[in-house]
Amino acid sequence: MTADMWLSLLAGIGGGALRVGVPYLFVSLGECLTEKSGRINLGLEGVLVLAAMAAFGGAYLSGNVWLGVLAGAVAGGLLAALHGLLCALPRVNDVATGIALMLLGTGLAFYLGKPLMQPQAPQIPAIELGNWSDNAALRAALQINALLPIGIAIAVLLWWAFGRTRWGLLVRLTGDSAHAARALGYSVNGIRLMATTLGGMVAGLGGASLTLFYPGSWNEGISSGQGLIAVALVIFARWSPLRCIGAAALFGGAGAIGPALQSVGISWGYHLFNTVPYVLTLLILVLTCKPGSVAVGSPGELSATR
Amino acid sequence: MRETLKDILLPVLAIATALLLFGGFVSLSGVNPVEVWVILFKGAFGDWFSWQNTLQRAAPLMLTALCVVVPARAGLVVIGGEGALVLGGLACAALPYALPLPDNSLGTALVFAAGACAGALWIALVGALRQYRGINETISSLLLAYIAIGLFKHLVEGPLRDPASLNKPSTYALNEGLRVGGMAGSDIHWGLLLGVLACLACGLWLRQTASGFAVRVVGGNARTAQLVGLPASKLVLVACAVGGACAGLAGAVEVAAVHTNANASLITGYGYAGILVAFIARQNAFAVIPVAILFGGFGAAGSLLQRRLGLPDASVQVLQGIAFVLILASEALRGLDWKQLLLTPLLRWRRPPDVAPDKEIHL
Repeated sequence: MTADMWLSLLAGIGGGALRVGVPYLFVSLGECLTEKSGRINLGLEGVLVLAAMAAFGGAYLSGNVWLGVLAGAVAGGLLAALHGLLCALPRVNDVATGIALMLLGTGLAFYLGKPLMQPQAPQIPAIELGNWSDNAALRAALQINALLPIGIAIAVLLWWAFGRTRWGLLVRLTGDSAHAARALGYSVNGIRLMATTLGGMVAGLGGASLTLFYPGSWNEGISSGQGLIAVALVIFARWSPLRCIGAAALFGGAGAIGPALQSVGISWGYHLFNTVPYVLTLLILVLTCKPGSVAVGSPGELSATR
Repeated sequence: MRETLKDILLPVLAIATALLLFGGFVSLSGVNPVEVWVILFKGAFGDWFSWQNTLQRAAPLMLTALCVVVPARAGLVVIGGEGALVLGGLACAALPYALPLPDNSLGTALVFAAGACAGALWIALVGALRQYRGINETISSLLLAYIAIGLFKHLVEGPLRDPASLNKPSTYALNEGLRVGGMAGSDIHWGLLLGVLACLACGLWLRQTASGFAVRVVGGNARTAQLVGLPASKLVLVACAVGGACAGLAGAVEVAAVHTNANASLITGYGYAGILVAFIARQNAFAVIPVAILFGGFGAAGSLLQRRLGLPDASVQVLQGIAFVLILASEALRGLDWKQLLLTPLLRWRRPPDVAPDKEIHL
C-alpha cells in the first residue's frame, strides 16, 4: 500500500465515523434518555427504521427535506410512545415489548414504504469542512451531515438538563428509584412515558439521517441493527450523553472499515469487516460488565444491566 | 384450571383482535378486510396445497421457537435464534467439505448433528457470557446473530462458494442421498416430524424430569436455586445449548429439505418469527406446535395476499407485530378479577330498584 492509499483509507474511516456515526449518535442519545428514566427500549431499532421511512416519505411528498426530518422525529416519537404506554400496563415487561415493537416498527415501515423504493427525495445539505484541502478523499470525508451539529447540541443539552435542571433531576430520580419518585408525588409512568417518547423523537432524527443523508435512499436493509447497538453503546458510554458522542464516532469508524477497505481495492472479508461494530460491542461488554455487580452509573431501576 | 383457561383464552383473544386490527389497517389502503381474512384463511388452511405450504413453514418455526422457550425457562430472554439457524445451515452444508459422508440416512443424521452442534455452541456462548461475564443475554444474542450472518455471508461468498453459482452465491449442493424428502409422497418434509418431536421432547424434559425441573427453578427464582445448591451456571448453559441445537437443526432442515445448499435465502427471519411464536405459546414447548402451525399458515398466506390483493409482502410482518404487541398487552388483563368485572354490572342490574329502603334503614 502506498502512502496515498493509506491516506484515503484513513480518510474513509474518519469520514465514515462522521457519516455512519450520526445515526448511532441520535439513537444512543434517545436510548440514554429512555434508560435514564429506568426503562430500556429495545424497540428503538423499529423506531429507527420507521422514522427512516417516514422521513424519506415526508421529504419526497413535501419536497422539503426539513419537513421530512420532522416527519421522522414524529413517527419515532409515536412508536416510542406506544412502548411507553404498553410498559405502563401492569405485568408488561419492557424488554419483551421492545422486541415486539422492533417487529411492528420494521413491518410497518416495509409495508408503508413499499412505494418509496424507487424515487429520489431531497437530501439534507452537507456542511463542507474540507475546502482547505486539495485531497479529494479528504474533502469527501469532511462533508458533514447538517444534523451532526444538532446531535451534538442535543447531547450537550441533555447533559446540562440531567445535571442542572429540575426536569433532568426528575428523570434521574424516576430511573434510580421509582418508589422515591412516587413518594414525592410524581407519576412514574407519566415521566417514563415522556422520556421514552422524547427519546423516540431523538432516535427518529437518526432514522432521518439514514435515508436523507447517508446512504440517502430508502430500502429494506437500511438499518443493520444500529438501534440495538445503541443499547450497548449507552452501557459503554456509562449513561452519559457527552460520552455518547465519542462512542458513536468510534462505532461509526468501526462500521466504515469495510467500505473504506473496499474503496482502496481490498474486497477480501468485506462481510467480516462489516461485523466489526458488533464484535466491538461484544468486546466492550465483556470488558465493562462484571458478573454480579451493577455497571457504574447505571440507573437503579434498569432491568437489563442487573 | 382457571389459570389454564386464561392461558388459552388470552392468546386466542389477542390473535383474534390482531386479525381484526390488521383488517382495519389494510382497509386504509382500500382493500376489503373481509377478503383479506378469507385469503388469510384460504392461503393457510384452505386446501391440501396450502396445508403443505403451511406445514413446511411451521417446521423451522417450531425449532426456532424452542430456541426462545428453553432458555426462557432458565430465565433468559434469548432473541438470537436467527444466528444459530444460519450457522446450523452453514455447518450442515459445510460438513461434506470436510468429511466424506455416506450417501444415506446416516450421512443425513451426521449433517443434522453438525447443524445442531453449531447452533448449540453459538447459543451456549450467549449463556456463558451472561453467567460468567454478566452480559445481558438479549443484547449479546442479537449481536451474535449479526456476527453469525456476517460469518455466513463471508464463507458462502468466499471459501465455501460453488464457482458455478454466479448470481446467487451458494455452497455446493448436498448429495442426493443426504437430502430430506417429503413424507408419504407430499411436499411436507420430515423436518416437520423433527420439529414436533423436538417440541414434545423439550416439553417432557422441562416438565417431567429432575434436570428439567432444576432448569425451571433456576429460571423461576435464582435465589432459591442458589440456596438448594443447584449448579445454576451449568443448567443455564445446558438450556441455552438445547435451545441453540434446535435452532441449528432448523437451519440444517432448511438446507437439507428446502434449499439443498446454503445461500442467502436461508436468512428469511424464521429466527425472529420464532420469538413471536414462543411468546404467544407462553413459553410452553407443547403449545409451540399449534402456534407455529398458525403462524406458518399466515406466512404461507402472505404470498397469496401479495398476488391476489397487491398488498406489500411485509403485510404479514405487520400482522405479526400487531399480534406480538397485543399478546404482551393481554398479560395486563390476566390479573383482572373477571368474575367481579362481569358480575358487578349484572348484580346491579338485577337489584330491584323499587325496594322500599325505609325498612332497612331504621335503626
